[in-house]
Amino acid sequence: MTLIQDPALRTLIAGVLALLVFSSVVGWILDRRVSSASARSTVDNINARIRAWWVMAGLFVIALTAGTVVSILLFALTSFLALREFVTLAPTKPGDHRTLFWSFFVVTPVQYYLIWMQWYGLFSILIPVYVSIFLAIRTTLAGDTDRFLERSATNQWALMICVYFVSYVPALLMLRIPGYEGQAPTLMFFLVLVVQLSDVLQYIWGKALGTRRIAPSISPNKTWEGFVGGVVSATLLGTAVWWATPFSPLAAALMALVLTTMGFVGGLIMSAIKRDRGVKDYGTLIGGHGGVLDRIDSLCFAAPVFFHLTRYFYLP
Amino acid sequence: MIDTALASLCRLVAGSTVEWRCDPYASAQRIYFGNHSSHLDFIVIWSSLPPSRRRHARPVAGRDYWEQGRVRRYLASEVFRAVLVERRGADAGSAVEHARAAVEQMACEMGCHDSLIVFPEGTRSANGEVGPFKSGLYHLSRARPDAELVPVHLENLNRILPKGEALPVPMMSRVTFGPVLPVRSGEQKAAFLERARSALLRLEACT
Repeated sequence: MTLIQDPALRTLIAGVLALLVFSSVVGWILDRRVSSASARSTVDNINARIRAWWVMAGLFVIALTAGTVVSILLFALTSFLALREFVTLAPTKPGDHRTLFWSFFVVTPVQYYLIWMQWYGLFSILIPVYVSIFLAIRTTLAGDTDRFLERSATNQWALMICVYFVSYVPALLMLRIPGYEGQAPTLMFFLVLVVQLSDVLQYIWGKALGTRRIAPSISPNKTWEGFVGGVVSATLLGTAVWWATPFSPLAAALMALVLTTMGFVGGLIMSAIKRDRGVKDYGTLIGGHGGVLDRIDSLCFAAPVFFHLTRYFYLP
Repeated sequence: MIDTALASLCRLVAGSTVEWRCDPYASAQRIYFGNHSSHLDFIVIWSSLPPSRRRHARPVAGRDYWEQGRVRRYLASEVFRAVLVERRGADAGSAVEHARAAVEQMACEMGCHDSLIVFPEGTRSANGEVGPFKSGLYHLSRARPDAELVPVHLENLNRILPKGEALPVPMMSRVTFGPVLPVRSGEQKAAFLERARSALLRLEACT
């Protein structure tokens, strides 16, 4: 057990703790003051979300405290659960059964094992190149050509979104940034913090002021007010904690802007898939939020971009 | 101990969302009848029951399969307390005689406390469609009119472990326990089986 060394990370965690306590108090006050039935269901949902945040933040901090292996395992488990939600909704056929078995029990563990052994060269191309080819061969060998292209594409997307993209979060742990040695967990915390805060703030701004819908055919809850308010406020918060990152204040602001924007489009893309499949949520595992994928949709699309921007600009 | 661990493992693999439309804790003896598409079906129903009821819920299964090997025999007799019925061999007399003996055995083994888990289609469906019910459920309900008939709809298990596959893909499933099927005295066999089957299908339609 390696206790958290970086004082910057300890400060960030204390900040999150304060935020959670504050939210719980607000949630409790709302709970006592609410009267109408429709407001009641909103407040109950908010309080369920806050309780789930305690659990999620707790798990994340425990994993960070326990070290690299446990952090990687946490995201491997997240990928596994996300993949399960994705595949459950996907229109697969019996001919995909063995392909899917490979996705769950071979590809996912290998991808995270590569992160643990810090083999960047293979980690970054395993799923887009080798697994992509392998899955196509495996599905072809199963011999069912009905909707072949659609099914192959679905199986590939499932792995890209749920495993490949998510694995970029712990992949940050392998970056050795000069002048920022030993602080990679803090960078990972920064990524998750900014993206998730952006989600929360978009929700709050949208609930408070939202009227003009951005994409009514995809997500009725996403409004221009929520988007702009959430992105601006989360970017400001990201900038305010620049001292915990290897970035200058300006660079931190730009990174946070990219993260929040990618998070927003990630949420939209994943909503589009849900509309296509005719469901509201991917699952029911996380009270108030829906499934694992509903919670990490924004992270999926922000993590790879953040990783590569950081790697390009900050690694020699 | 083993049964709790096994039930947890099963819920993990099959990721079941369980919904009850009757009292899960009712003390009445019950006959849970489900649609059959996977080897996992009975264990998913079994693991979805509250532990106190699980101990009294016995799956009906084929003797030939469950008496092969020590592990299966142990699970069948000690963990699931399965009611093992003979499947009809080539030389085993008429179908009617054989079915009657199996129903008598089930009704008898329920005793005064136990419930049964049965699959009235008789075999696993290959595509997830619910096939016609065989008459066993009717004769069983006649033999044990005191038992409550509970339809159980299983969704997605044919994708988790389809017929002919040995390894499961851990997708999520849904288990819906329907309301107790009301008893109608003097109902004909065909009408009863159709009513039982549509009670099961109705659970699918409104999930």
